[in-house]
Amino acid sequence: MHADPKGVLTGLHFIDGDHAACEGAIAAGCRFAAGYPITPSTEVVERFAARIPLVGGVFIQMEDEIASSIAILGAAWAGHKVMTVTSGPGLSLMMEHIGYAAMTETPCVFVDVQRGGPSTGLPTLPAQADMMQVRWGSHGDYGIIALSPNSPQECFDLMVKAFNLAELYRCPVFFMMDEVVGHMTERVAIPKPEEIEVVPRRFTARKPGEYKAYEPGEDLVPEMVKAGDGYRIHVTGLTHDERGYPAMNPQAQDRLVRRLVEKIRANAHKLVDVRQEHLEDAEVVVVSYGITSRIAAAAVEEARHAGVKVGHLRLVIVWPFPEALVAQLAQRVKAFVVPELNLGQMVREVERVVAGKAQVVSVPHAGGTVHQVEDILARILEVAR
Amino acid sequence: MSTAALEVTLPTLQNPLYRYLRQDRIPHIWCPGCGIGTALNAFIRALDEMQFDLDKLAVVSGIGCSGRVAGYLNVDSFHTTHGRAIPFATGLKLGNPELKVVVFSGDGDLFAIGGNHFIHAARRNMDLFVVCINNFTYGMTGGQVAPTTPLGATQTTMPYGNFEPAFNLPQLADSCGAVYVARWTVYHVRQLAKAFKEGLSKKGFAFLEVLSPCPTLYSRRNRLGDGVDQLKYYKEKSVVKNGADTREVELTFQGEIVVGKFVDRERPTWLDAMNEHFAQRFGERYTPYGVRHED
Amino acid sequence: MAEETGKKGKGTIILNKEICKGCSYCIDFCPTHCLEFSKDFNRKGYHYPVLARPEDCTGCDLCGLYCPDYAIFGVKFKDLEKLGSAAPAA
Repeated sequence: MHADPKGVLTGLHFIDGDHAACEGAIAAGCRFAAGYPITPSTEVVERFAARIPLVGGVFIQMEDEIASSIAILGAAWAGHKVMTVTSGPGLSLMMEHIGYAAMTETPCVFVDVQRGGPSTGLPTLPAQADMMQVRWGSHGDYGIIALSPNSPQECFDLMVKAFNLAELYRCPVFFMMDEVVGHMTERVAIPKPEEIEVVPRRFTARKPGEYKAYEPGEDLVPEMVKAGDGYRIHVTGLTHDERGYPAMNPQAQDRLVRRLVEKIRANAHKLVDVRQEHLEDAEVVVVSYGITSRIAAAAVEEARHAGVKVGHLRLVIVWPFPEALVAQLAQRVKAFVVPELNLGQMVREVERVVAGKAQVVSVPHAGGTVHQVEDILARILEVAR
Repeated sequence: MSTAALEVTLPTLQNPLYRYLRQDRIPHIWCPGCGIGTALNAFIRALDEMQFDLDKLAVVSGIGCSGRVAGYLNVDSFHTTHGRAIPFATGLKLGNPELKVVVFSGDGDLFAIGGNHFIHAARRNMDLFVVCINNFTYGMTGGQVAPTTPLGATQTTMPYGNFEPAFNLPQLADSCGAVYVARWTVYHVRQLAKAFKEGLSKKGFAFLEVLSPCPTLYSRRNRLGDGVDQLKYYKEKSVVKNGADTREVELTFQGEIVVGKFVDRERPTWLDAMNEHFAQRFGERYTPYGVRHED
Repeated sequence: MAEETGKKGKGTIILNKEICKGCSYCIDFCPTHCLEFSKDFNRKGYHYPVLARPEDCTGCDLCGLYCPDYAIFGVKFKDLEKLGSAAPAA
């Protein structure tokens, strides 16, 4: 299905990542957003508030992030594609509803424009320190998808992908930007609506009475409905059976929660999105994501010029982590170098998957600004020896 | 004529309320003498008398004994998180304005953890009907003090008697801008059904407080007998004062209960205000929002 | 479980005794006091209401309005006869 032309500002723009992300959401068909002001994300919803009246939809600034994160779920059950936008402190507040979205399998997109933390931290400066939180932050076992753009252009393109993934997997999808990508102004080309592939909501064709709210399909994802169509659904955060009715016993728990995790894990091979540079003959692989990937790319090029057989693996979909790909690389490379704007988060996934078959080196940074090329280059040269 | 004989002639005669309930989940979990079932009973009567289109009704509840209401009604129902039924309902209503969205929850859920959401939804005049089953306690978790527990009552987290003043819920709702504010008890079954009809018909933020016994916890810990004894208290001590000043309807421990319809006024809903505002601002270019949306 | 007194009121009660929780609302608030607790128990161990004085039952359904468990409802005989010729609601 193609994008609704009403929402697409086809053409060349010179806008920042926050603005581009908003356009991506609208192009993807998002017509309801709820949010709360928080630096450096606010521009996303400011633009949405300005654009949506004439596109057709609603923006509501709720009283806090807790309200925002569940208002979108209500609108999703009314049939909308929805998003909320925040940064670290707000993401922390939203954790309960992230779990509720995962448990009720509500399609939704959460944009996190990461900033220095913990706590109030550095509101106007970048970090990438919410990467583990986004995967594990809510209580209990569940699966999510997270993407990491590294440019305003990607903020547009990957937002469309984020909404599509939310519809395919009926789970919360996280758009992990950071303050630099959010506030950097670059060229963004918005294509024609017929060039933008949009996944519609997977509404069931079954009649009321035949439909079971949480009966999974072959891909472990149930078909969706919306309130008002006569299905008389019951949606609860309690452990439930396939009718959606509370079923508080270990058997129901096992069935449901395993499926919530497997829904992503079993489909992980379809959820690999990476960019690869010089991996064919690489002895050292730099693994990066988001804004850090731009500095890492420069370091990789410099190292190559210096004769080092280094390659670059940039994660676009960060969660699920591309285990199979990294495990494969671990068989033949000497070392992985993982620069991140945090004190070591995704590097733990690399370590876990590499399982000692190669060296794994973290290039941490407490946040507040981006790495220097030299910092990453130095570690590449070190391990290459 | 015995009922046994009746059952022979009309074997499928059953309670006409059943079509509103998820029959495969009855009997429900509420204790003997709990008034939540009676409040729900009155709600169903209202739906029946109005011949309400059940496909256009959505019920949203929070967590707690009162929050279980959503699970028993045979309509699109949403059992959400503690205190957050109102923002969920806001999203649901704005997502599909053709739905009638009713929030059913308890006093702790709506006014402790949920307090902030209540005041903002009332301020905005979000088109929601919010029903608070007030049993003066947190029942599901074993009878802790709630923001509505009267001064002096004993609860598990106020084991020597409550020394915190309680909210006056009608006053709170009124001061935040609710366009309909009423209080009844589950003793007043007929007035309650009527109040449910009024709330269901009211456009804007409507609030109904329903006093209900919690025999297992609130009553037992305060030696107030069982459900029937609380209903007798409601009967004895209730005074109907329609149009009363909401500042004067506070409740005390086993004291007078002012019931009635206190506020019934008109204000533009959030959605009406939005559409009106953008129509003015954008003229012909603006299409009013609120038509059913297909993705 | 009405008693056979040979007398008949204006209505009667229909009771699903197994879902009754013995709360006594119906018994205490019946305007004609025609209900009493049964001597025996249902499967859950609760006493349920019986129509002790069926001649006093008006079928007003106040019991049905109060019942928190939807176990009992009252019906007027004249309405029952109408219902009898029509298909009952599912």
